[in-house]
Amino acid sequence: MRTIQTEVLVIGGGATGTGVIADLALRGFRCALVEKRDLAHGTTGRYHGLLHSGGRYAVKDPKAATECIEENVILRRIMPHCIEDTGGFFVVTPWDDDAFGDRFMQGCRDTAVPCEEISIPHMLREEPHLNPGISRCFRVPDGSADSFLATQSVAALAQAHGAQILHYYEVKQLIRQGDRVVGALCYDLVKDEEVAVHADLVVNAAGAWAGKIAHTAEVEVNVRAGKGTMIAASYRIVNTVVNRCKMPADGDIIVPVHTVSIIGTTDEGVPDPEHFAIEPWEVQLMMQEAAKIVPGWHDLRMLRCWGGVRPLYQETKVADTRDVTRAYTLLDHETRDGVAGFITITGGKWTTYRQMAQVTVDRVCEKLGTARPCTTHETVVPNPFEQGHGRQHHNLGQRLADVEKEEAFGQLICECELATRADVEHAITQGEAKTIDDVRRDVRVGMGPCQGGFCTYRVAAIWHELKKPSIEETNVTLRDFLQERWKGLMPILWGPQLKQERLDELIYLSVLNADHLPGPRASRLGPAMYEPGTVWESDHAHV
Amino acid sequence: MTNNIWEAQLDITPSDHKPVELTLDHCIKCNICVTACPVTAVTDLFPGPKYVGPQAGRFRHQGQPSPDHSVDYCNGCRVCNMVCPTGVKIAEINGRARAHIVQSGQVPLRRKLRNNLIARPELMGKVGQPLAPIANVLLHSGFGRFFAKLLLDIAPNAPLPRFSGERFSRWARKRPDAVRSARKVVYFHGCSTEYFEARVGKAAVQVLEANGFEVIVPPQNCCGLPLLSNGEFAAAQAYHESNIHHLIDYVKQGCVIVGTSTSCTLTLKEEAPEMLAYHTPDAQLLTANTFDIHEFLVHLLDAGELKTDGLKPMPLTLAYHPPCQYRAHRLGRPSTEIMALIPELTIIESQAACCGVGGTYGYKAEKYDITMAVGKSLFDFVQEVNGPIAVCDSETCRWNIAAVTGVPFVHPIELLAAAYGYEPEGPLAEVMK
Ligand SMILES: Cc1cc2nc3c(=O)[nH]c(=O)nc-3n(C[C@H](O)[C@H](O)[C@H](O)COP(=O)(O)OP(=O)(O)OC[C@H]3O[C@@H](n4cnc5c(N)ncnc54)[C@H](O)[C@@H]3O)c2cc1C
Repeated sequence: MRTIQTEVLVIGGGATGTGVIADLALRGFRCALVEKRDLAHGTTGRYHGLLHSGGRYAVKDPKAATECIEENVILRRIMPHCIEDTGGFFVVTPWDDDAFGDRFMQGCRDTAVPCEEISIPHMLREEPHLNPGISRCFRVPDGSADSFLATQSVAALAQAHGAQILHYYEVKQLIRQGDRVVGALCYDLVKDEEVAVHADLVVNAAGAWAGKIAHTAEVEVNVRAGKGTMIAASYRIVNTVVNRCKMPADGDIIVPVHTVSIIGTTDEGVPDPEHFAIEPWEVQLMMQEAAKIVPGWHDLRMLRCWGGVRPLYQETKVADTRDVTRAYTLLDHETRDGVAGFITITGGKWTTYRQMAQVTVDRVCEKLGTARPCTTHETVVPNPFEQGHGRQHHNLGQRLADVEKEEAFGQLICECELATRADVEHAITQGEAKTIDDVRRDVRVGMGPCQGGFCTYRVAAIWHELKKPSIEETNVTLRDFLQERWKGLMPILWGPQLKQERLDELIYLSVLNADHLPGPRASRLGPAMYEPGTVWESDHAHV
Repeated sequence: MTNNIWEAQLDITPSDHKPVELTLDHCIKCNICVTACPVTAVTDLFPGPKYVGPQAGRFRHQGQPSPDHSVDYCNGCRVCNMVCPTGVKIAEINGRARAHIVQSGQVPLRRKLRNNLIARPELMGKVGQPLAPIANVLLHSGFGRFFAKLLLDIAPNAPLPRFSGERFSRWARKRPDAVRSARKVVYFHGCSTEYFEARVGKAAVQVLEANGFEVIVPPQNCCGLPLLSNGEFAAAQAYHESNIHHLIDYVKQGCVIVGTSTSCTLTLKEEAPEMLAYHTPDAQLLTANTFDIHEFLVHLLDAGELKTDGLKPMPLTLAYHPPCQYRAHRLGRPSTEIMALIPELTIIESQAACCGVGGTYGYKAEKYDITMAVGKSLFDFVQEVNGPIAVCDSETCRWNIAAVTGVPFVHPIELLAAAYGYEPEGPLAEVMK
């Protein structure tokens, strides 16, 4: 069996894991990260896209609010290219309690979240599609953040400082020697082989999967998976993050992310972070709640629906509470369970990933008996896709402006998201892409209204040209991606998106005969589809 | 209650108007508009209606300067709207995006001056028409054209019309023999008839009177379309409001508005309200009661009220181009139907999507070559048919095709007026001699 030796092994390539590996690398540790799929394949790539100001927690969870605003300021500074400075509103709709506004203001004051009340006419001038029945509006420094780009950027920073990032490496089992974890047994999905990674210390940053990982070393960590469902409308009906001003609940935030507006989310316990359903009631609830904020919401085209799973940690043992906040949890299994060489970091927010990484690596230093100061709060994260362009906040018009400047109209592969041939080629040849879905996370192909209808075959052709796989391999790559797009369309097939899917279906199944092309139907790199939703039996169903 | 076509409809149900940008949601990316677009077909500078319309629309931000410039190469022909299977208002999205560029001050000064000049035919007419003899010589001299290019980037070969000796409205006011009748219509002459081609207006009045109508020619302004196409929305809205002000009382008294300029009538009917998002009750009333003249005549024909007896034969074979701005009315081909009534007249209809001129588009030096390339097949067609004159409803198209092919153009209403026995003027008079 192949083996890899390193000082610190990080499990999980989400925001937390990549944050930890970058911090480790910057502090000069030899380190490796294993991720069972692509970076941001987990919750990080399925989140709501909100750079929290802390406003959401100002009343309910002040500690989390403070963490958010501290990190909000830092992230804007260190990764501006991943953040759009949309600003945020908290609005009191006719369904909410007017008086909550005052509690909200007070909460923001107490937690140092900047907040000002603005007039309704002013609000409507900025966001004309908001409900004119809104009675109060507060402005906070929320933002919109691209977690794909952020994760890639942070990982690239780690690599630049010597870290090893291993994609499509799934941890099968932690390697335990006596009361010490000494590494992990991994499976390389691409090469189809087992690899043993040995390390002095293992950091478990597997999000909602953290319990499963720990379990393989007979350490019990009770992480429940809390599913949240989100729906993207096909364009930016709002350009500001809009939160309902009330206690946090389901479907109360609309976030403008890149070209879309996302309504979210729900919070439902599911038995398995990988296998869950998107329920029809969730879709209905999102539509209904969104319309309270933007009354025309029902007329918009819904582009896609997806779910992510929150890692909800519940302590069952007497914990080492030193670094435990209500927002995220650091478990030192040596003090907690008597198992050395093993740390778990879980919970938290995307917004607080850097702080989570910092406390984790502080603990690593302590464990490995060295003192090295953290520098991530002052290290600007470069944009791996655009050298030298990383210092400005992202904005919506940027891609269009780039394409216009280069007159690259004829070079568009994904027309909806304006991804050019050069973008796609760069992602295929320079990046770590193993599937078209990985290319999507890098350059947003297939994420627009047609959901891959016109770009999938183009990307597959470029893929084939550049990577020179067998025809069968290219065919299955194409099929995997079509399946992946289909996955998020099923829950929202009505109106224009239904028409679109019918056209896409004709393109792929009738014109290109995609499901009968030679090669396997699907590969192990393909998507895990959502489970079927709970079927509701109507009273009249059997009449 | 039966309603006569010539009586205005006053009990319209006000419709609920969403901003045209919201229609981008219906785009299924099928590319039908791209294959039909006459501009994309000839230049790489215009990426196509889908790209600049629903696609780029998702990247435009109300608070930011518009990051796109290629949208300015749309010539506004509206072929995309017509072919779109899902009802995206592509041309309007483009028009509004262009206005955003203009408003955010991204148009260089010289171009801005030029656009503001050529988009004001009313102003040009008011200044130029009284000086017609001098203005015509000056504007058509190589010297004048050289300076127009040098100072204002106006294409030296673009087809400039000639000012008429007399304004149409003056002629209309001075007529002792005007018909008085209980059946009244309001005639919207537009700038071209008023300042350049009074004969078209005269023919329209003759045809309407021959059918027993009293023709009212109220004071009126430019419809504002040239300003709309140049993104100068505030000025366009001022014109539109003024036209509503001038016309609406007639509508409320029961008169419909009839026009010979297809793009003016389209502007009153649809373009101004949609582009400007201007949907006041009066604007909607005007929209519902404005007709292209042949649309109006076809309604009369269907009701058995059009004079069709005793039409003079016209043994001619003529090329006819139904302009894109006419097809955009979505009426079929009313002019063709009316011309078919004239004995011995053979009309050969062009299949070309657009002549390329796009109102003021073809007057711009940077767009002139595109105009020529778009119109190429139409120019060839007109020359192949090789009639002594050719026919088209829209003035800038007439001027453009005539300038390139050397074939003089008439408005179809002139043919009907001549068939009714009225004395023609201009190119038709030459032919009928
Ligand atoms: C619906 C929803 C909306 C949210 N919205 C926001 C928001 O708007 N703003 C915000 O700040 N936060 C938001 N959050 C919270 C935030 O997304 C998460 O806290 C954060 O992304 C968690 O990152 P992570 O790296 O800890 O976990 P993950 O991103 O899940 O990373 C864990 C990784 O471990 C990998 N892994 C699992 N098992 C193995 C194995 N055996 N071997 C190797 N790798 C493995 C997984 O593939 C995964 O990539 C949201 C959460 C949810 C659920």
